[in-house]
Amino acid sequence: MFARAVSWIGPFPFRQAGLLLGVIAIFWFLGNNTLSTMERAGLTPGFSFLSQRANFEIGESVIAYAAGDSYGRAILAGIANTAKVAALGCLLATLLGVALGVARLSGNPLLSRLVQAYVEILRGTPLLLQLFLWSSLFQHFPAPRNASSLFESIFVSNRGVFVPSFGFDGLPATLWIPGFALVLLGGWTIARKMFFGTTQYGLKMTALLLALFVASILALKLTGFTPTTEIPAKGGFNIRGGLSLSPEFAALLIGLVVNASATIAEIVRSGIQSVRAGQWEAARALGMKPGQIMRLIVFPQALRVIMPLMTSSYLDLTKNSSLAVAIGFPDIVSVANTTANTTGQVLEAIALIMAVYLGINLAVSAFMNVYNRKIALKGALVR
Amino acid sequence: MQKAIAGLFLHGPWNLAITVVTLAFLAWIAIPIIRWAILDGVWTAGPQACAAENAGACWAFIGAKLRFILFAFYPPDQQWRPALVLAGLVLLLTLSAIPCFWSVRLAGVWFFAFIAIWILMAGTLGLPRVSTNQWGGLPITLAVSIAALVLAFPLALVMALARQSKMGIIRTLAVGYIELLRAVPMIAVLYIAMLILPMALPGGSMLDKLLRAQIGVTSFASAYLAEIIRAGLQAVPHGQDEAAAALGLTRIHTLRLIVLPQALRAVIPAIVNLSVGILLNTSLLAVIGIYDLLNAARASATDPQWLGFYTEAYIFSAVVYFAISFLASRYSLWLEGFLKTSQHRP
Repeated sequence: MFARAVSWIGPFPFRQAGLLLGVIAIFWFLGNNTLSTMERAGLTPGFSFLSQRANFEIGESVIAYAAGDSYGRAILAGIANTAKVAALGCLLATLLGVALGVARLSGNPLLSRLVQAYVEILRGTPLLLQLFLWSSLFQHFPAPRNASSLFESIFVSNRGVFVPSFGFDGLPATLWIPGFALVLLGGWTIARKMFFGTTQYGLKMTALLLALFVASILALKLTGFTPTTEIPAKGGFNIRGGLSLSPEFAALLIGLVVNASATIAEIVRSGIQSVRAGQWEAARALGMKPGQIMRLIVFPQALRVIMPLMTSSYLDLTKNSSLAVAIGFPDIVSVANTTANTTGQVLEAIALIMAVYLGINLAVSAFMNVYNRKIALKGALVR
Repeated sequence: MQKAIAGLFLHGPWNLAITVVTLAFLAWIAIPIIRWAILDGVWTAGPQACAAENAGACWAFIGAKLRFILFAFYPPDQQWRPALVLAGLVLLLTLSAIPCFWSVRLAGVWFFAFIAIWILMAGTLGLPRVSTNQWGGLPITLAVSIAALVLAFPLALVMALARQSKMGIIRTLAVGYIELLRAVPMIAVLYIAMLILPMALPGGSMLDKLLRAQIGVTSFASAYLAEIIRAGLQAVPHGQDEAAAALGLTRIHTLRLIVLPQALRAVIPAIVNLSVGILLNTSLLAVIGIYDLLNAARASATDPQWLGFYTEAYIFSAVVYFAISFLASRYSLWLEGFLKTSQHRP
């Protein structure tokens, strides 16, 4: 035990301890100054303000919140909003990004060039600018009365996007989203099967997820929730019914998804290209069909390159959702910012923001480490 | 040419279908944009013409507000100063991009360039003073990003070496610094620099707002740069250290003469990419109320005379950002090739 600690510390233990003390002293000095500044401003450090009444509204939230609830609840609503936009964003960005990555690799020069231009434009301009542009585009959309519609059930207007809702009384109306994702995933899997003749694995996965989804709906129904479907319709000055995505949320989500899809497209492309041509040739020499080669030889190897990069682009997307504060979507940063402004507890508010993102990062990387170990090379030949 | 046509229309029905669908999609996207931006665009006229019923993009607005977008609130009669800074920065960047100018002296040139920029912008030595609150626009975007990279470099180098060190406490401190900064969004880092730093410094000493923003951007950049440098250090084979040790070189000499030159050379393209990332991230200064290029463009659309031409302002600044990052990414590609071929020379 002791020997292990000594070998961990390594050479110059006393100088290292001195450096550590120095760092601690600097932080102690800064902390002390902060405390005395707060005292001069009449603030009590600590998180007791979280139980006070927050007298501000939050535009939209996943969990119930109204002005007058505690600051703690407002922060929770902000965290839930961040989680919502991040989870949806990662999902949609993956679908779009993988499709674009494959399109980039397609033999058709027009499609491939178009995707290249898309990627270059999105990666060459600031995300904040893209978000501003999306939210300014939303203001140019027609008023609800003239909203453009798709099949008279999806409406796009300057008040936001309206889609049919499917849910259960007493539960959040966003439940249709996993279903929608599954339909996309299923469509993608079937398309791949048609074009490349691959993905038994993908089909199985989709079937499993679909079964899970149906099972959870049945379980909800059996436990006494009533299912409801609602299709939005134009009425008077607004669009009624259905699920509405506020312009802020829609702009943020579209901006994040479009931006991240460019990165993911590049990741997928480089992952598939990282598998050497020799692998294709060897597999062909064994008499395998292109679909089989993709599924059994190329994709598993590409995945090892793709997965760690995907993880970091998911984390990037989550971190980037903090730009919500600039376009008025109440995510954790925006709510904490308002809290800091109304209570003056700036230090605590920023500490909360940091804690939330650190928590997300640690959770995601722990999960991805487990996954990475599963797909890593095994056996004696590991380098 | 024939090959290109074959690529589009031959190779089976699927390829033809893809071409047709892509063309249809392109037309669907591009025709309204072209109509809005060019056919219906208003190029030279007052705000009244832009407000007309079926007017498209109002490029006259960009012409009228160009000075503001580029230099923000800098006093108009003094604007030759930021313009000169801009020209100087572009010149220096171009020179720094040429490999035969790469030496330690270049860092010194940049150091003095930044002093010169400060003098020119702030106005000492007889020039009228201009407070940093009035600085803005493209020179600020460029100067803050470049300064972030230059200042982050020594810090990142120390952190990368510390992270690889055999000394446990030092390694842990470096890992903590890098991982903490990489885990949180840049807005959080900027908030700390803007709001907590003034509280933490003794007795109400007030740091300049732009300086605080610079501290935030620099520390954020340093964590990412440290990881890039670490990758470079890992790419140098251990045999190099052993060979240097066999020649009797000390640790410091090995690092300075053998390891670092190889490590840095390996990651130069990655550093160019990071610089583009920093440049794009500098637009976040808009969130904390500094009038960088993006914020100046946004503010230009709040002029009562030209109210609400946000889309045009954003598109114009997007073109500027894109031009810079496109050049940089092409340069990075060229550099990768250049470094690869020059490595094989005897």
